[in-house]
Amino acid sequence: MMREMTGAEMVMQALIDQGVEHMFGYPGGAVLPIYDAMFHQNQVRHVLVRHEQGAVHMAEGYARSSGKVGVVLVTSGPGATNAVTGLTDALLDSIPVVCITGQVPTHLIGSDAFQECDTVGITRPCTKHNYLVRDVNDLARVMHEAFYVAQSGRPGPVVVDIPKDVQFAKGMYVGPENIQHRTYQPRLKGDPEKIRQAVELMAGAKRPIFYTGGGVINSGPEASRLLREFARLTGYPVTSTLMGLGAYPASDRQWLGMLGMHGTYEANMAMHDCDVMVCVGARFDDRITGRVDAFSPGSTKIHIDIDPSSINKNIKIDIPIIGDVKHVIEDILTVWCSMKAEPDRQALAGWWRQIDGWRARRSLSFQPGDRIIKPQQAVKALYNAVKDKDVYITTEVGQHQMWAAQHFHFEEPNRWMTSGGLGTMGYGLPAAIGVQVAHPGSLVIDIAGEASIQMCLQELSTALQFNLPVKIFVLNNEYMGMVRQWQDLLHGGRYSHSYSESLPDFVKLAEAYGGKGIRCADPAKLDGAIQEMLNTDGPVLFDCIVDQKENCLPMIPSGKPHNEMILPDHPEALDDAISEEGKMLV
Amino acid sequence: MPPVSEPAERHTLSLLVDNEPGVLARIVGLFSGRGYNIDSLTVSEVSHDSRRSRITVVTTGAPMIIEQIKSQLDRLVPVHRVVDLTVEGRALERELALIKVRGKGELRREALLIADSFRARTVDTTLESFVFEITGKPDKIDQFVSLLEPLGLVEVSRTGVAAIGRGPEPM
Repeated sequence: MMREMTGAEMVMQALIDQGVEHMFGYPGGAVLPIYDAMFHQNQVRHVLVRHEQGAVHMAEGYARSSGKVGVVLVTSGPGATNAVTGLTDALLDSIPVVCITGQVPTHLIGSDAFQECDTVGITRPCTKHNYLVRDVNDLARVMHEAFYVAQSGRPGPVVVDIPKDVQFAKGMYVGPENIQHRTYQPRLKGDPEKIRQAVELMAGAKRPIFYTGGGVINSGPEASRLLREFARLTGYPVTSTLMGLGAYPASDRQWLGMLGMHGTYEANMAMHDCDVMVCVGARFDDRITGRVDAFSPGSTKIHIDIDPSSINKNIKIDIPIIGDVKHVIEDILTVWCSMKAEPDRQALAGWWRQIDGWRARRSLSFQPGDRIIKPQQAVKALYNAVKDKDVYITTEVGQHQMWAAQHFHFEEPNRWMTSGGLGTMGYGLPAAIGVQVAHPGSLVIDIAGEASIQMCLQELSTALQFNLPVKIFVLNNEYMGMVRQWQDLLHGGRYSHSYSESLPDFVKLAEAYGGKGIRCADPAKLDGAIQEMLNTDGPVLFDCIVDQKENCLPMIPSGKPHNEMILPDHPEALDDAISEEGKMLV
Repeated sequence: MPPVSEPAERHTLSLLVDNEPGVLARIVGLFSGRGYNIDSLTVSEVSHDSRRSRITVVTTGAPMIIEQIKSQLDRLVPVHRVVDLTVEGRALERELALIKVRGKGELRREALLIADSFRARTVDTTLESFVFEITGKPDKIDQFVSLLEPLGLVEVSRTGVAAIGRGPEPM
């Protein structure tokens, strides 16, 4: 399809042709023509945010829960710079986002014009790719390329910066069917020889483990299904990173829980002692490995990843397989069956006995309070109340995030959105709003902390405006809890600026926005209060007053290997857990 | 954190990239943002029809870091190919330098003699100065410059390394 139209009309037409139904944005001088073009159509619904950071997080939540590309539209200068945190978040967590930014007209670029900034310069290191479109005849191609790049290979954010004169200029629009990217063609199928080697190694394993990550989720629901099929076929244990939760069902016997700094004892010990590690779509991040030179010392490592730069970045890999998780597991399954491979049942039985021994340590246990609500108890109560519902969970960043990962259990992929790589406080509420836009009939809950929630709280107004009944479940311990915990660990309990001073009355605050506020501080009333939240049609801000002193355990102290975890039955080990060297780490 | 015990190696990488605005900034930003070294960098368009540029980067790092650099470069959308000429082996490396020397009498004659033995060309002459042009491997130029130092070396301008593999095959 070739048609003459203005740049602004091309943007809308490209969005329509890319199948976009929703976008998140905020108008301003340099994007007014696009907003005007939007005014003349009904196919793309625009959600007006209150801050551009919120817009990107909404697009992220939308993308992660639906598998589609999240779309953002912001103006030049501050519009673009406010989006930077969200873009970086999407880059680190590999979330497909297309962010359209307005720019001052071409002839003013470089003159320090009003609301001018070097958007492509600023966003170059925090996007997968970005474009400045100086000629309206490039615009349609760039728009389609942006969608292609954002969702192909390892997904990520793409910025399209469009000067205002280009939005007004007329040119020829081309449809997506005529666009093929010249160079960017990521490889999906794994090398058959490597796959054969991997199957042989896996079949001979005595103490195997699957270490799965966000790549399984990004590869689509079929990848999760294949992972489950292969895990059941082999009987091997499965653990996952924070980003991969839900790819494997938490109720399954082979599930060890999350691994890493606040993962379970059994997952970390099994990682440390395994002889064959199969890493599927994860990237050996420092939260996972602990001390790298003591990471799983006796294992042979297979790494499946679509991004070659993930291989051998932190940990030396024996069998790298570059490809999309879905395709690679599919091929592994075929080879496994054609080779009539069988797991070593006897060795496996012994391995499971060892794992069950670690499990018996019950590393996630806690003492529920009868006068004060323990944060873990609150997450557990929430989980029990909603587990049979069609529910999506987002979080902010901190202790509550880890407690949510530990005590809320996921059976399906795309149900859990959290800021893993960047650790962005303020992510959860806008992400929840984005999820709710994609799934209007579902229950969407942001498990939050009282400090994080204040970072993007203004988006409550967006939720009200668009009738998006998100529930915000705040674990209020009046501290930036993870900061306080680390001050306990590293700085002699001197709580320098980690107390949440001058907190607002969250109930009144919710009411001020037009939502509902609920407060609960009594363990006996917790279940009833949660029911009240669930029975409310609109947005709810639930202020759950919890124990101020609770630490997030178990924990691998920084600079320590997997087999030196601190467990909740010996919390005193926290006191001198971290060496001088470990203090340098984050 | 990769093991620090592995010794650093010098590698010459050849990149074929789209000659579009910002492509060099992407590559340089990748090196600075991830803490990699650039010892030398040259860039120029090599095909006007397809608007391709060739970039030669000389970098140093432990083998694991070199591997990272290559895969990180390959991940950039406008980068078509990344070839490690050091791994391919026996690649030709050339650099051009312009060198200004100032002096009179014996020093001046000595400078000319050295330039001659290095097959440098004299491209500018005044009564008290020369500008030499020399092409060669970087260490040959290093050597030439160090010999000129006591003879009134004023300034040096070097292009950085351009490199190409031997034999009939392209990169």
